Amino acid sequence: MELLERFAAGDPDAFEALFRQHQREVYAWIVRIVRDSGAAEDLTVETFWRIYRARDRFDPTGNFRAWARRIATNAALDHLKRVRPEIALVDDFPSPAKGDPAISSELRRHIKNAFLTLPAKYRLIVTLALIEEQPYNEIAEAAGISVALVKVRIFRAVRMLRKKLNFVRLEAASNEQSRKR
Amino acid sequence: MNNHENDKELQRLLKQALPGAQDMELRRDLWPQMLRRLDDAHTHRLHIPWFDWVLAAGTVAALLIFPGAIPALLYHL
Repeated sequence: MELLERFAAGDPDAFEALFRQHQREVYAWIVRIVRDSGAAEDLTVETFWRIYRARDRFDPTGNFRAWARRIATNAALDHLKRVRPEIALVDDFPSPAKGDPAISSELRRHIKNAFLTLPAKYRLIVTLALIEEQPYNEIAEAAGISVALVKVRIFRAVRMLRKKLNFVRLEAASNEQSRKR
Repeated sequence: MNNHENDKELQRLLKQALPGAQDMELRRDLWPQMLRRLDDAHTHRLHIPWFDWVLAAGTVAALLIFPGAIPALLYHL
C-alpha cells in the first residue's frame, strides 16, 4: 500500500513519515504568514493535528502537499484572528540592513500600524501577495478561494491602506523634498 | 502618479516596513511536540474528572434510597 493510502487508513507510521517529509515546508509557509518563529512552530504542530484528525476525509489520490498547505493557511489565519494585533508582529525578523534609510522609523511604525488594523483575511493576502510575492494562484489554492477573489482582496486592502496612510505618505514626501533641497 | 505607480509605491513601503520572513528554516524536529499533542488528545479523550464520577455515584445512590424520586427526575429531564 502507498504511503498516502496507509495514512488515510490510519497507519501511525505513515503519519509520522508524512510529518517528517512535510514539516519544514509547512513551517516555512506558516512563518511567512505569522512572522513569528515560535508561533509558527506551534501552528505547524496544530496543522498536523488537524491533518491527523481529518485523515478519513483525505483522498489518497489527491495532492497531500496542497491539502496540508491549505490546512496550514487556515491554522495561520485562525492565529491572526485570535492574536491581538499589538503582539501579532513581534519583531522576530529584524528590519533588513538594506532597508531604505529614507523611510524613517516613524513612517515604518505608521505603516505597520495601518497594516495591523486590517482584518485578518486581508493581512493574510497582503502578506503573501505584496510582501512575500507569492504567485496569486498559489495563494488562491492555499486560502481556498479563487484567483479573482485574491485580486479583489488585494485591491480592497490596498485601498484601505492608502486611505490610512495618505497623510503619512504626504509627510514622507515633504520630508524627502526638504532633504533634497 | 497613476494608480499602478501608487500601488507599487505602497508595496515598496510595506516591504520596507514589514520585511519578508528571512529565516524560514525550521531549527528543530517538531515530531516530539507532535507526539505529546497526540498523547494529550488520547489521554483527554479517556479522562473523566473525579467530580463527574462522584456526581454520578451520588445520583445513583439517591435514586436507590428514594426510588419514588425517579418519575420526578424523569419529568424534569
